Amino acid sequence: MGRKLLTEHINVAGIRNLDVYRTQGGYETLKKALGMKPEEIVEEVKKSGLRGRGGAGFPTGMKWGFLAKPEGVARYLVCNADESEPGTFKDRYMMEFLPHLLIEGMAIGSFALGCRTSYIYIRGELMYVYHILQDAIDEAYKAGLLGKNILGSGFDFDLHLHCGGGAYICGEETALIESLEGKRGNPRIKPPFPAIKGVWGCPTVVNNVESIMAVVPIIRDGGEAYAAIGIGKSTGTKLISACGHLKKPGVYEIDLGLPVEEFIYSDEYCGGIRNDKKLKAVVAGGSSVPILPTELILKTANGEPRLMSYESLANGGFASGTMLGSGGFIAMDEDTSIVKNLYTFTRFYHHESCGQCSPCREGTGWMEKVLHKILDGHGTLADVDLLWDIQAKIEGKTICPLGDAAAWPVASAIRHFRADFEEYVRNPQNIIKDHHYYRVNNLVAS
Amino acid sequence: MSDSKIIKFSDDALALVERMKGRYPEGKQKSALLPILHLAQAEFGGWLSAPVMDYVATLLNIQSIEVYEVASFYSMFNLKPVGKCVVEVCRTGPCWLMGAEDIVKYMEKKLGVKEGGTSADGMFTLKTVECLASCGTAPMMQIGETYHENLTLQKVDDILDTCKRDVHEPISHWRKNKIKA
Repeated sequence: MGRKLLTEHINVAGIRNLDVYRTQGGYETLKKALGMKPEEIVEEVKKSGLRGRGGAGFPTGMKWGFLAKPEGVARYLVCNADESEPGTFKDRYMMEFLPHLLIEGMAIGSFALGCRTSYIYIRGELMYVYHILQDAIDEAYKAGLLGKNILGSGFDFDLHLHCGGGAYICGEETALIESLEGKRGNPRIKPPFPAIKGVWGCPTVVNNVESIMAVVPIIRDGGEAYAAIGIGKSTGTKLISACGHLKKPGVYEIDLGLPVEEFIYSDEYCGGIRNDKKLKAVVAGGSSVPILPTELILKTANGEPRLMSYESLANGGFASGTMLGSGGFIAMDEDTSIVKNLYTFTRFYHHESCGQCSPCREGTGWMEKVLHKILDGHGTLADVDLLWDIQAKIEGKTICPLGDAAAWPVASAIRHFRADFEEYVRNPQNIIKDHHYYRVNNLVAS
Repeated sequence: MSDSKIIKFSDDALALVERMKGRYPEGKQKSALLPILHLAQAEFGGWLSAPVMDYVATLLNIQSIEVYEVASFYSMFNLKPVGKCVVEVCRTGPCWLMGAEDIVKYMEKKLGVKEGGTSADGMFTLKTVECLASCGTAPMMQIGETYHENLTLQKVDDILDTCKRDVHEPISHWRKNKIKA
């Protein structure tokens, strides 16, 4: 069983309430942090090797170090709780059950960065979690853990919630900042980076929920202790949202470096594939990352066991590897239509494109139409090449990473499953009836 | 536009609007637009009419167009009248893998509507939405603020029956009776 740095107390009855959270050592780390120098806290986070848990994997301590600190200008820490990458549901789970861990992390991070006011931007659909967080924030204010002079330290700190309105793009940090300003979620051109010019033109750090929560055990135990967990530059633990055709889907906290095969098949984690079918493919880090067939997700092209780490999953580049991303782990059994699954992803990116950049705005819709044509049995082999061509003309040509995120699933599906596309083209009569997806009728009695 | 004179939040809702505005620095009150639009949608029948959006603009001292362009960008805001219960079924990959398409087809038949339509009795609007971060408990749908997970056709029947029995006025993501900041 891996270490539980974030989820250790998640099953304690009433842990959502402040009193219970405090019986488990809650806010002791905030007390410790307030006795440290802000730069010492940043240093510990740097030493921990923590990398952004939202998907990009950028070192959190380095991001904190970039924050500009001009005299007399407010600066902000904004928590990105706009979790909407398909396959990812860890942040929702953590906020629902451990709201105070996020608040404690926000207070520590804000103290370290010199922010007097910070925001949690939560996606609007999670309104019930918004109310859970608001209750927890109210409790924290009453107990003197937020507000004026917290814990007698002289540090004044306000924490506010802000809800989105249903737009995947607002998970991109500059779109999130626009949305926090009450505008459409159109990503900004960088530079300037948010660390220099973020919300309301002020220096801003945007961090994922899990990253901010991880700061608590890092400050509690020290950066070096955190860095001792994991493998290589993939330090610490990671929350994995496991879904698709698994026997035991759910959120798992793993030590980075766990073999993928163990994660999928051991009873401690996902317990294997539903109905004891064979595994066909995995999308290991949320819908944006390249899909891999079974042989490449379990082992690298060199035959090494594939591990749940930033480096091992990326081993082989996009030719034979993928990315850890957000940790949204989607498993597909042998009956799955890769083409139809891809269609749902492409439709998603088309729906969520903000429309600023033409390669993304036009390209995502075009790919959706071509895939629809193939699924309908009217595709040609030239259409498969056309898809390849379109995705190649989106990748790297947009303001924000949504373009790449839309291109990579298409490229990887064609790269590894070209035969599936060709089967639709050559023998549509065999396949188009139900696209081989899991029938919900099987679930009626359950 | 003249309708906007009769559109007004309750005193409780107005107090909440003030608290929401107070969360942002002086002069940056436009930031409260998204939360206030959620509140407006809950207070005024589950959708945002042009007069309602004009009213929101006056509360924040911004132009109406600044409200329209935001309301039309975000998928949670309904710009046309909807049924008392907006049933939002997730259709993205992980839910599709677990049979979301069957759920949608079943409800289309049961409610006698196509995706996007409202049932003849005005009770249900059937909407498909993109990933709601509930992939481990797929297939799923949301009604108001409630997530209904691990759906089966039987569960869908039960949920819709409960709605028919218990829901008498439009419900929204922001619960109308949940007036607090």
